[in-house]
Amino acid sequence: MLSSVVSVAFHGVAYGMILYVISVGLSVTMGLMGFINLAHGVFAMAGGFVLSSFMARFGVPFPLAVLSAFVLVALGSVVLERLLYSRLYGAGELTQVLFSIGLILVSMASARLIFGDQAARVLLPDYLRGQLHMMGRDFPTYRVFIIFFSLGIILLLWFGVERTRWGAMVRAAVDHRAMAQSVGINTRLLFMATFALGSGLAGLGGALGADILPVQWAYPFEHLVYFLIVVAVGGLGSLRGPFIAALLIGVADTACKYWVPEFGAFLVYAATIGILLWRPMGLFGVRA
Amino acid sequence: MAFALQTEKLCKSFGALTVADHIDFRLEPGARHALIGPNGAGKTTFVNMLTGVLAPTSGSIFLNDQEVTNTSQAARVRLGLGRTFQITTLFRSLPVLDNVALAVAERTGVAKRMWRSASSCKDIVEESQNLLGVLGLADDAASAAQDLPYGKQRLLEIAVTLGLKPKVLLLDEPAAGVPSHDSGKVLQQLEKLSSDIAVLIIEHDMDLVFRFAQRITVLVQGQVLVEGTPSEIAGDKRVRDVYLGEAHV
Amino acid sequence: MSGYSADTRIRWTEWLPWVAAGLFFFLMPEYLSLGARILIFILFALSLDLILGYAGIVTLGHSAFFGLGAYTAGILSARLGVNDAFLQLAAAAGMSALLGMLTGAVILRTRALTLLMLTLAITAILLEIANKWSTMTGGADGLSGVQVSPLLGLFKFDLFGRTAFLYCLIVLFAAWWVVRRIIYSPYGAMLTGIRDNAARMHAIGAPVYWRLVMIYTVSATMAGVAGALLTQVNQFVGLNVLGLEPSGDILVMLILGGVGRLYGAFVGPVVYIVVQDTLAKQYPEYWYFGIGVLLIFVVLFARGGILGIFDKLRDKWLSHSRPKSSARASAR
Repeated sequence: MLSSVVSVAFHGVAYGMILYVISVGLSVTMGLMGFINLAHGVFAMAGGFVLSSFMARFGVPFPLAVLSAFVLVALGSVVLERLLYSRLYGAGELTQVLFSIGLILVSMASARLIFGDQAARVLLPDYLRGQLHMMGRDFPTYRVFIIFFSLGIILLLWFGVERTRWGAMVRAAVDHRAMAQSVGINTRLLFMATFALGSGLAGLGGALGADILPVQWAYPFEHLVYFLIVVAVGGLGSLRGPFIAALLIGVADTACKYWVPEFGAFLVYAATIGILLWRPMGLFGVRA
Repeated sequence: MAFALQTEKLCKSFGALTVADHIDFRLEPGARHALIGPNGAGKTTFVNMLTGVLAPTSGSIFLNDQEVTNTSQAARVRLGLGRTFQITTLFRSLPVLDNVALAVAERTGVAKRMWRSASSCKDIVEESQNLLGVLGLADDAASAAQDLPYGKQRLLEIAVTLGLKPKVLLLDEPAAGVPSHDSGKVLQQLEKLSSDIAVLIIEHDMDLVFRFAQRITVLVQGQVLVEGTPSEIAGDKRVRDVYLGEAHV
Repeated sequence: MSGYSADTRIRWTEWLPWVAAGLFFFLMPEYLSLGARILIFILFALSLDLILGYAGIVTLGHSAFFGLGAYTAGILSARLGVNDAFLQLAAAAGMSALLGMLTGAVILRTRALTLLMLTLAITAILLEIANKWSTMTGGADGLSGVQVSPLLGLFKFDLFGRTAFLYCLIVLFAAWWVVRRIIYSPYGAMLTGIRDNAARMHAIGAPVYWRLVMIYTVSATMAGVAGALLTQVNQFVGLNVLGLEPSGDILVMLILGGVGRLYGAFVGPVVYIVVQDTLAKQYPEYWYFGIGVLLIFVVLFARGGILGIFDKLRDKWLSHSRPKSSARASAR
């Protein structure tokens, strides 16, 4: 029993970390720009495909391929933001929902045409394979790596938001958009940069997490509900809220699959409904 | 005598900040009353407490002698309290006629009927057309509210509220944003309102206030500084110092 | 357009869908089962239009009611042996109405992302139940063995789908009549008021929340009936009636046709299902690609959907041939 608790906690935390790295950008862009972007999972999928194809086809080493996933997805998202998203800031939520569903469909079809029905294969370098012996137990090295690497990214992000000028502007714009504009913050540039960072992180999360959330063409649709839950339960525009929510969901989902597989995701959805009814703005939301 | 609207020791604070400080206010039936005061005097907070948007920290509010301190916004509307908004809030994409008809239907209880056609509710349509006529909007009945010039939108806002047959009408800056040559038109229409309705107007346009109101209350820093007729207020030194002085310098 | 200024008489164009359905029945007998499916999705889209197009409730969970209706009818027949078509419809309508009222009462106080998430979570939960409770629902294999007795003891569901088509057509006609009455009623006008400016509606003293719960329940009932029809026509229920996917599909169908204009719900499913039927089997990737591009196009350039494009063309033509015509009357 005890060993299964440790195991569930370990895998749940790894899963939660990945969920957070993918979803945090969604929380910030939704809080900042008020854009209901259902297509956020597209960026995660793109990250996964960049990683696997760079490694398999061009022989790029793992660390460089992960970095490329981040950079390429961020750059690609800027193009989308300028061409499409920016036209719909301030449009009704229905418009944004439909637009992002359209984007999901196009990207799913493209992914299937290019990569086929198979899930992307990620060949881990030797130093990330095998088991790590800690506290009298074996843990998969790669998952340990995921936890610590994500933790590093998250701390870096929090530090950036709390301590840098860019972070101050983002926080100001989330809380008082009109005010931020009137004191001369270039919101257009701010939106673009924030969107790129959030999407890049999603790409990174999708790439690193390919081993937990297999990357194939249906990815943006299949995992959409979980990404949205993280954001809605955590609270829009918040950084810490989604982190708590992601960990809760990661652990709860792993626990349910381990101990009560007959319930499936039922309990996670039920808990989501309960939390949202209790706190409609999410656990740490600044705006519904 | 029953007052149309009355507050007793009404207070509101946000943390350490007191924005309404023991306000005793009375509005007589049929009155033409204005509430003025410099920016930040607490006028909007006061109106929001009267209409039920904000709950007061302490004190009470009476509508025709009935206590409404804790009743909902909708319930106060049903008791005869109508308000217009400082920022125009209309059903922008709907026709002008429908803007008023929705209010009339809500008041008469027709709005929840699902089974007959709306345009065959002759009494609702006629009453709405009459109201539009009263405010000089009869020719615009079929246009979408958002296509009206701004001055007419302000008048439509009043027409919608009149559709509720209020006994007390709160006008929150009815001339805000209206070009000055048009604010006279707004005033002209306001003067035609039935004398059954007690009107409380919150307004920055002093011209309009002094021509329209029979009584004026001056609010400063959440407190009633003075109340009186327009000539008393115009002659009051404290008011000059605190308000008019500031505005005219 | 609904409201107090509307002309509520039925225009001749409003008979076109029914004439088309009649012609279809006689001229294309080999496609009747496809036709029945289209009629069912029109009914489903119509129910969505009532809450989305008129009341402005954006939902990703409308399949909850469609799916519940489908499973109610299926379980009634396959597990309990109740094969009467009207009993199945009534039970499906009742269950969906109940779910609509209960969930509506709980979620309609929330807005925006929270509301979207709640609707999505509710249909996701139902999908999990249908998936895992296989002794009742058949799980991932689906529920087979559904039977429907001859209607009124006379009309058997035939192999060519003649009875099924006419049966669906009659139910759809009844629903269309109900929806049409509602949207032209004071209640319908009031709903457009909520969609346009809910805060103003509060200020004129309307109990907005209860009004929304009411129309949500009506819409849920209708979606449940549509689901039951699908079960009866297919004599089978699959998991694909629940979850995000069917919710998204019906949303897309309605948007393509034109939202908030009653007949958009007729045009969208026809176009969507016919194209899907011809294209999707051979080139599923291109189908998704095409529908995605179309959706983005509609959102960016043609908010009124297909019917909106027709309206614009007609306005243009009218203003050319008769300058100063009342083009605004149809602009919405």
